[in-house]
Amino acid sequence: MSDVHAHAHGGELPPEPERATLDGRNRILGFWMFMAGESVLFGSLFATFLALRHSVMGGPEPKELFSLPLVALATFILLTSSLTSVMAVQAMHRHDNRRIQLWLAVTVALGLAFLILEIYEFVHYVHEGHTFSTSAFSSAFYTLVGFHGAHVLFGIVWISLIIGQLMVKGLNVITAPKVYIVSLYWHFVDLVWVFIFTVVYLMGMMG
Amino acid sequence: MTSEEKGVTSVAHAYSATVAAGTRRGFWAVLKDWLTTVDHKKIAILYLLGGTFFFAIGGIEALLIRYQLMFPEFDAIPAQLFNELITMHGTTMIFFVAMPLVFAFMNAVVPLQIGARDVAFPFVNALGFWLFFLGGLMLNLGWFFQTVPDAGWTAYVPLSGADYGSFGVNFYVMGLQISGLGTLIGAINFIVTIVNMRAPGMTFMRMPLFTWTSFITSVLILFAFPPLTVGLVLLMFDRLFGANFFDVTQGGNVVLWQHFFWIFGHPEVYILILPAFGIISEVVSTFSGKRLFGYSSMVFATVLIGFLGFMVWAHHMFTTGMGAVANALFSVATMLIAIPTGIKVFNWIFTLWGGKIRFTAANLFAVSFIPTFVMGGVTGVMLASAPANFQFHDTYFVVAHFHYVIVGGIVMALLAGCFYWWPKMFGRMLDERLGKWTFWTFYPGFHLTFFVQHFLGLMGMPRRVYTYLDGQGWNTMNLISSIGAFLMAIGVIIFLVNVFKTAAKPADAPSDPWDGRTLEWSLPTPVPEYNFRQLPLVRGLDAWWLEKREGRTHMTPAEPPGPIHMPSPSILPLWMSVGLFIAAIGFMYAKEPFSIGFIRFLFEHYVIAAGGLALFFVCMIIRSLKDDHGYHIHPEEAEGEAAHQ
Amino acid sequence: MKRWYKAGRTALILAAAAVLLAGCGGALDPRGDRAQDQYFLIMLSFGIMILVMLVVFTLFFTAIIRFRRRRGDTGDPKQVAGNHRLEIIWTVIPFTLILILASFTVVYAFKHDEVIAAEDAVNVQVVGHQFWWEFNYADYGIRTAQDLVLPANTWVNVELTSADVIHSFWIPQLTGKTDTNPGLTKTVAFKTGDPDVYLGKCAELCGEGHALMDFKVVVKNREEFEAWVAGMKEPAPAPATPAAAAGQEVFGNYCISCHAVESDKMSLGPNLKGFADRLTVGGFRENNDMWLREWIIDPQEVKPGATMPAFGDLLSEEELDNLIEYIRTLK
Repeated sequence: MSDVHAHAHGGELPPEPERATLDGRNRILGFWMFMAGESVLFGSLFATFLALRHSVMGGPEPKELFSLPLVALATFILLTSSLTSVMAVQAMHRHDNRRIQLWLAVTVALGLAFLILEIYEFVHYVHEGHTFSTSAFSSAFYTLVGFHGAHVLFGIVWISLIIGQLMVKGLNVITAPKVYIVSLYWHFVDLVWVFIFTVVYLMGMMG
Repeated sequence: MTSEEKGVTSVAHAYSATVAAGTRRGFWAVLKDWLTTVDHKKIAILYLLGGTFFFAIGGIEALLIRYQLMFPEFDAIPAQLFNELITMHGTTMIFFVAMPLVFAFMNAVVPLQIGARDVAFPFVNALGFWLFFLGGLMLNLGWFFQTVPDAGWTAYVPLSGADYGSFGVNFYVMGLQISGLGTLIGAINFIVTIVNMRAPGMTFMRMPLFTWTSFITSVLILFAFPPLTVGLVLLMFDRLFGANFFDVTQGGNVVLWQHFFWIFGHPEVYILILPAFGIISEVVSTFSGKRLFGYSSMVFATVLIGFLGFMVWAHHMFTTGMGAVANALFSVATMLIAIPTGIKVFNWIFTLWGGKIRFTAANLFAVSFIPTFVMGGVTGVMLASAPANFQFHDTYFVVAHFHYVIVGGIVMALLAGCFYWWPKMFGRMLDERLGKWTFWTFYPGFHLTFFVQHFLGLMGMPRRVYTYLDGQGWNTMNLISSIGAFLMAIGVIIFLVNVFKTAAKPADAPSDPWDGRTLEWSLPTPVPEYNFRQLPLVRGLDAWWLEKREGRTHMTPAEPPGPIHMPSPSILPLWMSVGLFIAAIGFMYAKEPFSIGFIRFLFEHYVIAAGGLALFFVCMIIRSLKDDHGYHIHPEEAEGEAAHQ
Repeated sequence: MKRWYKAGRTALILAAAAVLLAGCGGALDPRGDRAQDQYFLIMLSFGIMILVMLVVFTLFFTAIIRFRRRRGDTGDPKQVAGNHRLEIIWTVIPFTLILILASFTVVYAFKHDEVIAAEDAVNVQVVGHQFWWEFNYADYGIRTAQDLVLPANTWVNVELTSADVIHSFWIPQLTGKTDTNPGLTKTVAFKTGDPDVYLGKCAELCGEGHALMDFKVVVKNREEFEAWVAGMKEPAPAPATPAAAAGQEVFGNYCISCHAVESDKMSLGPNLKGFADRLTVGGFRENNDMWLREWIIDPQEVKPGATMPAFGDLLSEEELDNLIEYIRTLK
């Protein structure tokens, strides 16, 4: 590649630093492709859940299990965290490294809060007799919602590592695409949650 | 010259040295080079070697199958082993032979055809290869433990499930998840490469057909592999973790697996055939001396085939009882694919028409692809009619159909691709005479093997049967089919002899032996590590041919010479793949009653599984945190390279 | 080549093929309504495809023979980008051909999904097992296995399901196959042909014994079928000879836990009422004393994967002889 990764000229970062290099643009496009694949993946998990959601086989019904207030709180937390990740990207476009780290840290904290609520929720369900092996419905439920939770966990670790990199290396044309991409990821995870909230919890309450 | 520059030059030299004259460096240096390479040209060769290795295994499995079926009620191979052989033959050939060989050519050719220096993500490219390879090893691990997958390459539940499945199916479930991940990231790589890294002047409608088909194939992979992954995960959860997706006593549904498998499985066959179509387009047009007839409609037909390929999956499920509406819809959708496919066939014929056709070995394979694939295609249209399908399904008619399109189609195209691109990949020309002997044994053998199988199917012979009773009128045709298989084996052996014989020759092939039309032929042989000293300026379709016919001997550069940035090699892709391999073993054997208490403890508490995953993720983190600055090759050195060519 | 000549030649090829291929049996020798419809579709699609292949092959072989490069001819041939008219022709004609095939396909798809409500239609519940077929006639209160006895030229509705893995119910000469799925039921109809014995096969890989999971379809004329039904409902006759009586005792000790001998009883294994009149042992071996003996001694030797345990070590020669004599009374 002869158009080498652009070095900051006189310390000036370009306006959209994540797109300043070919590598940055490649990573962003590649990540959109990855999310397309992940959409099909989650789509398949949703299809499985929809196919099996009535096969409760004598276990607890969704109506009995789900607590909408708790789930609504978790939703609010996750949606807010998506907003804070937007703030981080805006800070990046202002080249404000400190603010990026701050907003990303808030995002991580909110993500952690979401995850803790979800773990608490699952533990409660297990005590109610709704385990992974209870029925086809329960297997589908834990797989779909669990996969999402695993994605949240992965995102939390990922964002934390990026905060670390920003602290050590600063904001440059190498770290900028990372910030942008992790923010895309976080939006994706949030969007999947909106569908889970609707299909699993809301539709579950309606029967 | 600074020591860094000296080092860089020696890297460049060492590459050509290895390619040109065998090992001048020590064995360990060469091994390290190949284990850590992120160069698409070397990765292509790795895919070629890996695919050929598994082809030998899959081929032996096929010969054993046909040997058992030579005579009615033959007792050479018992029923259980036979079921394992047909499962492994199918799984190996599709996932670990056809796919990697397709990826081999995509890697070798696409960056060169679009005028790029490498793919978008060289590290990810290497990771894709190692995941494929470790996945293939995982699939075949069962042979060493005498518990081999045996539920067919389609692994229908409940036969493959927790209650009725054998332990061997775990190797299938794990192996395909690992290699599937590799395939998926490989596809993303090629999409980004083709979209973002075309040379100046190369619009989409100036891309060679092989690049187009690689592009559409990659999009198909992106959307088709996730459903397979999900299906495998659900099956794994049922088998290993007590889930109930496919357990009817707990509310599961057995047809669900089939939907996932075929939503993947149908696009998969287009993933295999589209690159083959691309190869045929390149070879046929080159050896006719004519541009491809109907280029725009070829592109359009490719896109349409890709798109329609996602609409037809349930034609594999006509007999499951979905009902008339579903069956009718999927029948019609399936038949429609014949139209863009037919367009392509006619376009190839009319490329040949009016040309000056040279029957090199490459073209012999490419040209015979056309009628053979048409034969396979028409039986496909016959199968597409759902009411008729109730007779054809799960018989040797289907076996005949798909071998016609896969062997008579894809394998022929891959052989054509080998003879065509070997000089560019290895700096040597495969022997033409041995190539023709390969053709004249393999091709008739192929017809002998599979043509009679159409009739066997219509006469009532189901597939996946380890034997057949005497007196049904099937004996002679089965014997003929088996004889054909042995003839094919001879053809393959002749080809391997050709490969070895060629490897011993000096690497002095010309850079453009065929009067090629596309950019890869504008590069010197062997291709420098950085491909293009200066990115070329593309002025039309068949860019290289255009320049040649206007009297030039080189592509016009699109940029001034400058330092060329190269990515660093890395051992991490290999470690990451090993990590997943170990994790898979950890999960599979978690409940195994090991006699040694300590080992049992490690498995029971998922220590091994966690360790494997940890290895995978730690390598990922290292990769993420450590910036890869790569190294630079300077133009003066590059010019020095050029002077040597 | 004139189009009429090509079409006429195609028709001739098909006619000849039909005659020749009928000797091959299976789907090419249809003896029931459904199979006859399917045969028509097969031949129609085959005919259309032969036409296509003739055209393609003619063009192809002409191209590769006529346009070989002549020795010493080094110039470039004319570079042709495309031809609009040709491209339209080879889009429209295939589309038309497919329209024809698709129309018949859709019509038959709906026709063949119908369940027949005719008064004299026979309803059978079919359960696939590893590796045998259970046939229950709830309307008559009869349970049987392996031999599917049906009246001639009558519509039959089979309700298909499975007790374990997916199998597929197929009688090539009478009808196409339909999968038997555990946890699901699918009913399909087919019409039997003239009185004869037709071969049935399992058509979905179901384990070790898949290749040998055959069954027989015994089509009798109406009176004989009614007689069979009546006979199946009668209780088993008391054993006439001392050997048979001794055999009945052996049966009671070893076999009765899995095999019932009255047609109204459920059992784990095949119901053996009327076994003596059945055509096969294990579904595919001739029903004679030799094969019956082999089967009882070691079923897996006869049919790999068979789930019946081996009794060779448990029974003495005399017990085995008596048992077989008893089984021969199960008419």
